[in-house]
Amino acid sequence: MSWWSRKNKATELSSEKRSVPSGLFQMCEGCGSTLDSQLIEAAYMCCPQCGHHFTLPTEDRLRLLLDEGTAVEHDAELSPVDPLGFRDSKTYADRLSALKKKTGQRDAFRSFMGHIDGVAVSFGVFQFEFMGGSMGSVVGEKIARLYERAREHRCPAVVLSASGGARMQEGILSLMQMAKTSAALGRLRGAGLPYISVLLNPTTGGVAASFAMLGDIIIAEPGAMVGFAGPRVIEQTIRQKLPPGFQRAEFLLEHGMIDAIVPRAELKSWLATTLRLLQKQPAPPPPAASRSSSFPSLPKVSLT
Amino acid sequence: MIDPRQSLDFERPLVELENKIEELKRLAGGELLAAEIRLLERRAQRAREEIFAALTPWQKVLLSRHPLRPYAMDYVSRMCSEFIELHGDRAFRDDEAIVAGLARLRAWDNQSILLLAHQKGRGTKEAVRRNFGMPRPEGYRKARRLMDLAARFRLPIVALIDTPGAFPGIDAEERGQAEAIAKNLEVMAGLPVPIVAAVIGEGGSGGALAIGVCDRLLMLEFSVYSVISPEGCASILWKDQGKVDQAAAQMKMTAEDLKSLGVVDEVLREPPGGAHHSYDEAAMIVGDAVARHLRELSVLPQEGLLDGRYAKYRALGRFEEPRS
Repeated sequence: MSWWSRKNKATELSSEKRSVPSGLFQMCEGCGSTLDSQLIEAAYMCCPQCGHHFTLPTEDRLRLLLDEGTAVEHDAELSPVDPLGFRDSKTYADRLSALKKKTGQRDAFRSFMGHIDGVAVSFGVFQFEFMGGSMGSVVGEKIARLYERAREHRCPAVVLSASGGARMQEGILSLMQMAKTSAALGRLRGAGLPYISVLLNPTTGGVAASFAMLGDIIIAEPGAMVGFAGPRVIEQTIRQKLPPGFQRAEFLLEHGMIDAIVPRAELKSWLATTLRLLQKQPAPPPPAASRSSSFPSLPKVSLT
Repeated sequence: MIDPRQSLDFERPLVELENKIEELKRLAGGELLAAEIRLLERRAQRAREEIFAALTPWQKVLLSRHPLRPYAMDYVSRMCSEFIELHGDRAFRDDEAIVAGLARLRAWDNQSILLLAHQKGRGTKEAVRRNFGMPRPEGYRKARRLMDLAARFRLPIVALIDTPGAFPGIDAEERGQAEAIAKNLEVMAGLPVPIVAAVIGEGGSGGALAIGVCDRLLMLEFSVYSVISPEGCASILWKDQGKVDQAAAQMKMTAEDLKSLGVVDEVLREPPGGAHHSYDEAAMIVGDAVARHLRELSVLPQEGLLDGRYAKYRALGRFEEPRS
């Protein structure tokens, strides 16, 4: 076989590929540049070139926001059931157990009590990778309890949302989680405690149309897609292409729907500062040494 | 008489029989053909029982959307001795997909209520004007403004639910559809007046719930209520819009399903053949039931009312939790 044959070339290429471990480089969805994955990870999944925000794994999100050693997880043992006996191409029960195996989580939301730069909060974050962060009974219950816990401990609530909306496989019960969470939130508000809603990419449907858009203060990460109806549904309804940037965080800010867009690097200090101001707490003493990066360095923290 | 051309496939044999009976009655003054009429009536009765006993969930969806089904204003004009419509959200415009106003409920000794309802339009022109009963944010904000009014003047709220869902359009998104719905959920959960909601047709997801957080939820027998339309569910989960039968069945969206899930307090039997066979009877059934629930709720102290409502929603949902 001659040296220029197709087969030979393919082998050559694939051996070349093998010499570079996969995932070492990554293309930025924002600016298209090829980047060292380690650099992106060090910046908590933000593009060092254009600032594009990639999805941040939950564990890193917790390290980024909650003070070391302060986080205590709550309600982790809540498990979803299949109230309708739902079946499409697979049964809901099978989907749940497959996801549990894959993600190590029981459902799409995690709740904590912890500190953000010294401010005590009842805190929760969606796990989009679990069924698109959809809200069923477990998610709704955890969120209602998160607000109730904030009320009980007289501390603010902070929820980071990333969700496709209500979970169809739990039918009407998932819709009712919108009412349940909003009712619990109403009681928190009645108790005079602040609630900050942080919108991550994407936040739509029943989650947007309940507690996510009910923050005393609502902020979003840059570029996050936020809306009631998904873009596909809107395009089908109006039979038109949507304008670029539609339903992005910048669009929401322009239309007066959110208070601010806060880059991930500034999120922790922004939350702490705002919560202190709202609660009339004194500002903390300035940090001893100025840090070169606004991101805290990655891992080392073990969460309890 | 019901025009068979406006009938659903499965109810057409019945409608044709009923129309024939009507015709015979008119022709003979009911005397001469009495025997034949009685025979036909028995056949119609049997057909009605057979058809309605075997309705699939999807057929119930079709009935809930029946073009002849009474809409909210058909109920209001019969249930209420007075109705003063109030318009506008005081910020942007009046959304005619939601009708709201002050009313007197006949069956509740003509006492004052605040009425909130989705209104689908009949005929193309009105349907377009009312956006097929799909509200925009200003519709929900009009409702919210009047909820506050009801709270201030201690007027109980009656909500009639009948919408395919909140409108998914560019303008609705620009003006904050999600926020408008969300705010209503929170406000209704804390309103210090009794709230009775009745689903009279389609309960389309968040767009329905946004005027439907309540102390008592009633549903007409052939109405439906779901988190997404069967069409939407089929296209997302089955990747096939045609699988509406399965989607409707799997989602458990009929009145009976919701009763067994503990979401609905009472299922209201419809007139034989469905609400569209007698608007008067349908309105009587809904009006009487709403009044009965208002009587029970209006004697509760405010705190008990609000705690009861909170407990009702707080308990909705099913999950497992090991005892610690």
